[in-house]
Amino acid sequence: MNSAIEGIGLAPYLSVGAILLVLGVFGIFLNRKNVIIILMSIELILLSANINFVAFSAATGDLSGQVMTLFVLTIAAAESAIGLAIVTVYFRNRGSIEVDDITMMKG
Amino acid sequence: MNWTLALPEIVLALSGLAILLAGVMQKRGQAFFSCAMMTLLAFVVTGVLVVISPDGTGYSHVFINDGFARFMKVLSLTGAALSLVLSVGYAREMEIDKFEFPVLILFSTLGAMIMASSGNLMTLFVGLELSSLSIYILCAFARDRVGAAEAGLKYFVLGSLASGILLYGISLAYGFAGTLEYAGLQQAVRGSAVLPAGLMVGIVFVLVGLCFKLSMVPFHMWTPDVYQGAPTSVTAYMAGAPKIAAFAVLLRVMAGPFGSMTPQWQLLIEVVSALSMVFGSLAAIPQGNIKRLMAYSSIGHMGYAMIGMAAGTAEGTRGTLVYLVTYLFMNVGAFAGIVAMRRNGRAVTRISDLAGLGRTDPGMALAMAIFMFSMAGAPPLAGFFGKLMVFYAAINAHLYALAAIGIVSSVIGAYYYIRIVKVMFFDTAVPALDRSPVSVSFVSVGMGLVTVFFVVGLGPVATAAQAAASALFR
Repeated sequence: MNSAIEGIGLAPYLSVGAILLVLGVFGIFLNRKNVIIILMSIELILLSANINFVAFSAATGDLSGQVMTLFVLTIAAAESAIGLAIVTVYFRNRGSIEVDDITMMKG
Repeated sequence: MNWTLALPEIVLALSGLAILLAGVMQKRGQAFFSCAMMTLLAFVVTGVLVVISPDGTGYSHVFINDGFARFMKVLSLTGAALSLVLSVGYAREMEIDKFEFPVLILFSTLGAMIMASSGNLMTLFVGLELSSLSIYILCAFARDRVGAAEAGLKYFVLGSLASGILLYGISLAYGFAGTLEYAGLQQAVRGSAVLPAGLMVGIVFVLVGLCFKLSMVPFHMWTPDVYQGAPTSVTAYMAGAPKIAAFAVLLRVMAGPFGSMTPQWQLLIEVVSALSMVFGSLAAIPQGNIKRLMAYSSIGHMGYAMIGMAAGTAEGTRGTLVYLVTYLFMNVGAFAGIVAMRRNGRAVTRISDLAGLGRTDPGMALAMAIFMFSMAGAPPLAGFFGKLMVFYAAINAHLYALAAIGIVSSVIGAYYYIRIVKVMFFDTAVPALDRSPVSVSFVSVGMGLVTVFFVVGLGPVATAAQAAASALFR
């Protein structure tokens, strides 16, 4: 029913999704510089799931995956808005958004 | 279609919007108190609507209302209302008495209720995010304090990571079954002899995401920092309603769609539960800050509650539900004590600040002692019955090792709970704490009575939990 999926197959789409997920997770854990990069990584993770949803939805002919994608996009927007607000609050208090500085509480 | 099925949620959402509007129209200084009262009223009205709401599945199967959902919703609403009462006096002293505060608690609770009623992975995710996003803001609500901002940032980063992993898991489960509905998933899982690796990965990812929200070991690393940094009344809220909602989802998903593959995920739950219990009781011992101690304590409690889930039976689920009820009450009570810890107008959170409380404020010391003994699991108090029921279910399900680990770690855990009692009654007195606000004393006394006389209400609670559990395993 969908020529793109029939021609290429599901695997490449899922591979892109999986690579984006791994990039996002590593972006959060290996990044020692800047909190903004973490926000971008979170966005990557959510979008990797979106690619999966759209690919599966096209492959199975079930529309609920695409509906889910729209919900996820909305949530991702809200999430990054809140994230940026929290980063702003943090910057006002500490004057820095270096990841290594976020260590006031430990134990 | 029966649209009245979600009437409690609709009413709560509309009152949230109305309260937001009312808050904007009032003067800055006075809005907080009236909005908090309106939110409490909305919680009470919603609670009544939940109790009388009918059974059924609606909105093309995205929403389920049954005995289980009602039980969890009432529990979430109770937790939210109690922590809001705690916030009333506390927020003014912390200068976070903005009207958005109760509204955020309201929306977070709405998310928790939607999670409890989810009949579809889409509803699950939207409810979870509604609940989490509100809590991220609440954590950083005291925006002039470095600790609160740091707690908010940490919780946001790690919470979003967990949501992302959960979402990826959902996408894999969707790809396998071709549907997001629990009923469809259940059929697909039952119908296949060998489970594909993709689906297993998906289930593990969903489990990881939810375990993170429950702060189970090994996904607990955010808990102590966030509990310590967030405003105390927010911590009291975080330890209640959202955890109950996450348990609601976990129990529903694992008993329903993935119920026929219990042997595959049972070991995972057992390991997570055992690790949480042991880690929760060992790591709490060296803590000097009472909020961090409560964080480790809640990690341990989640481990005990999960024993019932590991059993994978209706009896185990009943045990988990009763455990959550007792946990909610003693936890809110203990946090009422922590909210009341103020000296010369400043909040203090060190355990040594409680020294000699038995002489300077015997009432509060007695209440704290009751909660600590209850959390340790001393027999006539509430915490004992919760532990008894989960251990009983574990023994009946032949999980002897898990029950033994649970008993050993609750004995270890008793050390740090009783240490607090010792500090309060036998250590040299430090200057007295400030008088606590009426609302805090009210919660403290109320929860103390509930904890002491829980045995009277055990019958009805256990019956309700039994009904809720059997709705899940039908």
